[in-house]
Amino acid sequence: MRYSGFQVIKQALNNHKGWKPAWRDSEPQPHYDIIIIGGGGHGLATAYYLAKEFNGKRIAVLEKGWIGSGNVGRNTTIIRSNYLLDGNEPFYEFSLKLWEGLEQDLNYNAMISQRGILNLIHTDAQRDAFIRRGNAMILNGADAEMLTTAQIKKRYPYLNTEDARFPIKGGLAQHRGGTVRHDAVAWGYARGADSCGVDIIQNCEVTGFKIKNGKVLGLETSRGFIGAGKVGCAVAGSSSRLMAKADMRLPMESHVLQAFVSEGLKPVLAGVVTFGAGHFYCSQSDKGGLVFGGDLDGYNSYAQRGNLPVVEDVCEGGMAIFPAFGRARLLRMWGGIMDMSMDGSPIIDKTHIDGLYFNGGWCYGGFKATPASGFCFAHLLAKDSPHPLATEYRFDRFERGRMIDEKGMGNQPNLH
Amino acid sequence: MIINHPLLGQRDSSEFTYLGDAKLIERPDPDSETATHDFYKYAYLRDNPAGWHKELWFHEAGDRSWLVVTRNTLTHEISKVEMARDVAREKGRRR
Repeated sequence: MRYSGFQVIKQALNNHKGWKPAWRDSEPQPHYDIIIIGGGGHGLATAYYLAKEFNGKRIAVLEKGWIGSGNVGRNTTIIRSNYLLDGNEPFYEFSLKLWEGLEQDLNYNAMISQRGILNLIHTDAQRDAFIRRGNAMILNGADAEMLTTAQIKKRYPYLNTEDARFPIKGGLAQHRGGTVRHDAVAWGYARGADSCGVDIIQNCEVTGFKIKNGKVLGLETSRGFIGAGKVGCAVAGSSSRLMAKADMRLPMESHVLQAFVSEGLKPVLAGVVTFGAGHFYCSQSDKGGLVFGGDLDGYNSYAQRGNLPVVEDVCEGGMAIFPAFGRARLLRMWGGIMDMSMDGSPIIDKTHIDGLYFNGGWCYGGFKATPASGFCFAHLLAKDSPHPLATEYRFDRFERGRMIDEKGMGNQPNLH
Repeated sequence: MIINHPLLGQRDSSEFTYLGDAKLIERPDPDSETATHDFYKYAYLRDNPAGWHKELWFHEAGDRSWLVVTRNTLTHEISKVEMARDVAREKGRRR
């Protein structure tokens, strides 16, 4: 069923009895050409683009729980392409372009709102770094603008620019950045993939790989053996756990990242704002809650919940720039598990096992990458060669010394 | 999280900084023929288990000792805390 304003009126006249489920609840078939493990944003996007753009047939997505139950439903919903390095920026700009056309492409309202993202500047050195970053963005076809404090104050009057330990000296804005309704991304891609014939199989946990003579033949799952020509893994957060079943050790650690939502407020925050002297970022959801987050807790964790010192640190960051928000009460907080890679950048690559492909290591920036990640992973799965914009995201970059280290932190995953 | 320091007793984890897997104590032999590959594996690859994990914590805001903490990554429960020095000596390191 195509969604439209006409359809809403038509269904309203029929007491909304005509709406159908947006995707089928499929039973696993004995064999698929391509199986994607992970029914999150990246896995569903991969299946969608495989079926739609690369004419893939007989595709399944396996999900341990229900689709969208992992990080695609746990993030702070920000999209942007304000990266510096050549390996990253063209890829993320491609992603932002896909976001811009996503709702029309999927015929699904993902509430994409290009309300702009603003990275605040507090020191001269930071200004130099952000001018350089802005130039790198413009060179790669993205938009970037340096704003003065006066320009910032016009849009964000609540910002504490003067009476602060770290006075605000300006900011780097990307006006095409913004926020998306994150669950709708999973649902939209699931509906799109399903309508292209992809089987979405929920409550189906992969318990092992069947590998013979260096080639993957299929998957042992909680719902029985399923044969596969190719297998793509897109389970960021749990990548090490899954790939250990294929005897692989990955260049990553799993860390917990907390996120927070305040009670609903009237519109106070027009776009996404990030604090430059600590780690804090905030936007206001369409329901009115302030959605914010900050640093990782900093230790290996699969617990999907964090501890109080980071809560304090994040809230201090918020209070430093938006003292008025201290009056808002915290409504909810939660944690998600991140694949923190050794250089802060992702991996989209073949493995040494024939027919087994990997997508992961998204650190805490995976949500914005969802469309491009799905597109490039689908390209790799369909054509056995990397998409031109994802050629740097290889497993062997650590051994070859070609890291993509945006923050220059080295092999210390909790600092990226 | 509370870390039960072998010398100082119970300390809040925010006094510590975290390095990672305690296997980082086992530095490969730089004179080995496979040293290049060994150091790549040492520096970049991790087991990253879901469950019990031996890891290195540095008591930066305390006595500046390195500890090996055995902690469950699924529950954050800590079952054992040792001085990293003792662990390294047990593995045959001189210091």
